[in-house]
Amino acid sequence: MSEDIQAKIKSEVEANPVVVYMKGTPMFPQCGFSAAVVGVFRELGVEFHAVDVLGEDGYRDGIKRFTNWPTIPQVFVGGQFIGGCDITREMYASGELQKMVEAAVAAKR
Amino acid sequence: MRMLTREIEERIESGIPGSRAAVRDLTGTGDHFEAVVVAEAFAGRPLVARHQMVYGLFPEELRTERIHALKLTTRTPGES
Repeated sequence: MSEDIQAKIKSEVEANPVVVYMKGTPMFPQCGFSAAVVGVFRELGVEFHAVDVLGEDGYRDGIKRFTNWPTIPQVFVGGQFIGGCDITREMYASGELQKMVEAAVAAKR
Repeated sequence: MRMLTREIEERIESGIPGSRAAVRDLTGTGDHFEAVVVAEAFAGRPLVARHQMVYGLFPEELRTERIHALKLTTRTPGES
């Protein structure tokens, strides 16, 4: 049920330093924006947990409800929703993303 | 059904008082847009909140994917 998805998302983003809700998989992204986000984390050499919202029932609407954000991909770092592709790229360019990711990975050790 | 860049600009400028919006159609298909929005109202807000302010003006269009993509750049007048 939809409440199960909300709970599942909550535990996923708390358990993993970086989570990407995307269309497709990191190997086979189904959309350019999702591919771009994967590219950023690959460039950083950071492990991330990817969820294919197209592959899992109820996830596509569930994640949009969870964050009150209308589009995919959606990126969480250290349990915090940071935004979509535009924001991820902007934060990567400014160096802010690297700092956030380092802190999140360190917190999980 | 296509949207026009002017429609999007007008919705943003009336939805965020004092803002200026410049919108481009990225693909010519009337559903992939880029918007640069400058507003004092963004001051002190993180990127995710700024983007939410703009996305929040188009709930139906985004839900139905009449707007399929809306790439955002959000700045205050003082930011480069």
